[in-house]
Formats: sequence, C-alpha cells, structure tokens
Amino acid sequence: MTPVTFFRRKQQVMLFTLIALLVSYVVASIALGFQQGALLQVQTGFLWMAQNFLPTATSLKLLPAVLFQLWRTFIIATAAAGVAGVISLLLAVIGAKNLGQRHVSISFFIRGFASVLRNIPIIAWALILLFSFKQNELTGFLALWLMNLGFLTRAFLETIEDFDTGKLEALIATGTSRPVAIMQGLLPEIATPVVEWLLYMIENNVRDATLVGLLTGTGIGFLFDLYFKSINYPAAGLVVVVLIVLVISLELLSTHIQRSLT
Amino acid sequence: MIDSVTLSQEPTQKAPHPVDRRARTLQAFVIGLAVISIYGLISVIPAHFDLWAATKVFIANLQLMFFSPNVGNDSHGLLFQALLASIELAFVTTVLGAGLGLVCGLAAAQNIAPSWLCLTTKSVMAFVRAIPTILWVLIYSVALGLGPNAAVVGLTFHSVAYLAKVFANTIEEIPAQTIEALRAGGCGLLPVLCQAVLPSLASRLLSWTFIRFEINFANAVVVGAAAGAGGIGYQLFVASNFYFNFHEVGMIVYYILAFVFVLEVISTKLRHKFID
Repeated sequence: MTPVTFFRRKQQVMLFTLIALLVSYVVASIALGFQQGALLQVQTGFLWMAQNFLPTATSLKLLPAVLFQLWRTFIIATAAAGVAGVISLLLAVIGAKNLGQRHVSISFFIRGFASVLRNIPIIAWALILLFSFKQNELTGFLALWLMNLGFLTRAFLETIEDFDTGKLEALIATGTSRPVAIMQGLLPEIATPVVEWLLYMIENNVRDATLVGLLTGTGIGFLFDLYFKSINYPAAGLVVVVLIVLVISLELLSTHIQRSLT
Repeated sequence: MIDSVTLSQEPTQKAPHPVDRRARTLQAFVIGLAVISIYGLISVIPAHFDLWAATKVFIANLQLMFFSPNVGNDSHGLLFQALLASIELAFVTTVLGAGLGLVCGLAAAQNIAPSWLCLTTKSVMAFVRAIPTILWVLIYSVALGLGPNAAVVGLTFHSVAYLAKVFANTIEEIPAQTIEALRAGGCGLLPVLCQAVLPSLASRLLSWTFIRFEINFANAVVVGAAAGAGGIGYQLFVASNFYFNFHEVGMIVYYILAFVFVLEVISTKLRHKFID
C-alpha cells in the first residue's frame, strides 16, 4: 500500500464513520421528538435561573434547615462510601485471582454479584427500598450503599489484579502468613488508588443523594423538590447554591488529598 | 505545575519527608472516614425501627421481583419501545456532549489554550458539574417546557462538563514542548490539532466518550423516573409508585440489566484494546 492510498483510505473510513454517526443522530433525534432549535435556547435556562433562583431575604430564613439537610446528606454520602469500602475491599481480596484464590467459582460469583449490584439503576434500589424501609434516611443510605458496594468491589478487584504479586510471594516464601502479607505488603501499595476511588464515590454520592432524596422524600433532594414544586424558587435556588458549595469544596478537598498522596 | 517543573530541574533538592506527608494524609483520611461512617451508621437508623422485619420484607420483595417477573399492565412491545427511547436519549446526548465537550476540552487544556481562556472554561465547567443532572433537567423543564427538549438539553449540560474535564486532562498529557515545537515550525493551530493532537489521543477520547454513554444511559433512566421525561425510567416509576407491581419492576430491571451488560462487555473489550 502506498502512502497516498493509505491516507485516502483512512480519510474514507473517517468520512464514512462521521456520516453514519450523523445519520443515526438525526434518526434518534426524530424518534425522540427532540428539536435541534432547543439547543439555541440554552441561555433561557441560565436567564431563568438568574431571575428566579436568586435567594431572597425570606428564603435566607430557611438557611438553617437547608444547612442541616446538607450536613446529613454529606454524612450519609460519606458513610455509605466508607461502609461499602470496607466490605468491598474484603470481597476484592477474597475474589482477586492473583492473591491465591484457587476456586474460580468464588471469584466469578463475587464479580457477578458486584456487576448486578452496580448495574441495577439506583432509582430502582430507591423505589424498592422505599416499600420496606419507609420514608426515612435509612432508605437513602441503603440505596447509595448497595450501589457503592457493587461499584467499589469491581474497582478494587481491578486495582488488586493490576498489582504485581512478586513482593507478596517473596513475603510468603520467607514465612509470613498470608493475612499479614496482605496487610503489610498489599494494602500500603494499593492505598493511593483505593483512596482515590473512595473520594470519587463520595463526590458521586452527594450528587446521587439529591436524586435519591427526590424519589424517596428525604434529605436535601426532598427539600429541593418541595420548594421547586411549591414554586418557592428563591428557596430552591438556596438549596442549589449550598449544593454547589458542597460539591466544589469536596472536589477541592479530594484534589488536595490526591496531591498529598502522590 | 510550576513546582513540579522546578523540582524536576533540581533533582538534588528533595521535598522534606515526602513519605511522612503521604502517611499522615492517609492516616487522617482513614480516621476521618471511619469516624464519619460510624457516626453516620448509628445516626441513620431511626429510633424504634424494626430493622429485621424491614429486611425480611425487603428480601421478600426482591424475590417477587427477580424470581417471578412479568410485564404487568404493559406489554413487551411497550417496554421495549421505552427502553429504545432511553437508549436514543443517551445516544443523542452523548453525541452532543462529545462534540461540544471536545471544543470545551481544547479550550480548557493548559498546553493549547491561553491561560485566561483555560481558567474561565474550567470554572464554568466546574459550576455546571456541581449541579446534579436531575436539577438541570428540572430547571429546563420549567424554562423550555416539559418534554424531550428539556431532557436532552439538561443531560447534555452535564455530559459536556464531564467530557470537557476528562478530555482536557487527556490532552494535557501531551507535553507543551511538543506543541510549541510544531507551532515554532510554522504549523497553524488547526493543523496541529487535527494532525497531531487529536489522532494521537483519538482512541482514549473515544473510550471516555463510551464511558459517558454508559453514564448517560443510567441518567436517561433516572430522568424518566424523576422528571417524567418518558422512557424505561418512567415505566419503572409508574410500575412501582402507582401500581405497586413488583413483578413488573423486576421485568423492567431485567430489561435495563440486559442492555447494560451488553454495554459492559463492549466497554471491557474497548478498554483492553485501547487503554492497556
């Protein structure tokens, strides 16, 4: 193949892919009933927010209640990630193929369990849990926890399986027992990625907590829903403002922690 | 950024006790997380709550869902159409998000954009990301009217902000010197982008886009349930909150799981092919 034909073929493939993408985009838009013109009205959303969401003096009186729910949201989001993290780490150590797990079926079972937990949409968890655990914070916590358990188990499994086990085998060969070898040889090595995953999960949980609260009638999500649907927009705006502050400070904190870990 | 450059130029001067700092951060993180988790776990359980009875009911409901699923008041055709609508929503928002996210990602990359543009784009994207997707959709369903337009615009917002961040991080891995050298050789900005930057990163940008497609599908389901935007999420919401039909909820969850597993297989294949 000469360079000329190579580049021509490359261009053709590129062009064909782009056209195929464009056609499927148009077809999907039509099937969905999406009008492309709506994209040009993006500013209306911002204008609308600027006009309606600015907290007023009366809505500021609600600040203590909003801040309390924000605090609870933060606690629940962090606790869900923390509790799920411990169990996931244990499951991942048991299920990892390179840590001497001789039964392939156990490894397979843990992987499948994590995959199912992770892939059932969080709203399905929230709606099912709502029936048995009723309208309280526990429902929101459990929905986040179940999802985190699936997500973190898989993330930790991949982290451990990327780990070079030479050191561990050396430790075991010199007479260290397996649990001690894992505690002293494995955990310090994978600490950084584990912490990074946990931080990611906490950040994600704060966002999801809003949604879960909206569906299950608890926490900051419920507060937003209540104000928004009773057309108390300044108060709803206050909720959004404190949420933005929380998410951005968490993001800054996690960058700071990640920087000190490397 | 500046620190790392000066450090790399003076390898003899090491940062004081880097190991200590790492160990201290780790210790603080683990202790903080443990304290909050234990406090959270204790405070989240309501007073006079029969945990065991609730768990038994929950397990019984799960059995109803997973072991005897049926379509309830709907039909397989209807559910399949709803699933398709959610997939279409995810696809449209991913295409839009990838296109706009690439532009914003280039504008947010330190080695390509001037620093003022980079900082502005990054701040705007952080702001957009800080508001949960569902709130964007709710805001737009008031501003634009309820329907697919609000769902697409609301979901696209978050996709653009997310992809702009990860695209910018990927693009910033190309050393600034490489781009400077090309520019100094008389290459215009557009040729540098189209011939050097994008081709060398194409596969990684694509796998990020695919990851976003998975997230967008989950979001499309969510939006249907919480903002009434239609699709399989709406069916899920109706089946559980209006009809209390666990059999149908189970069937809908199986529908969603089937599609997500297909996505997961594809993404694992892609990851092995492109990232490793």
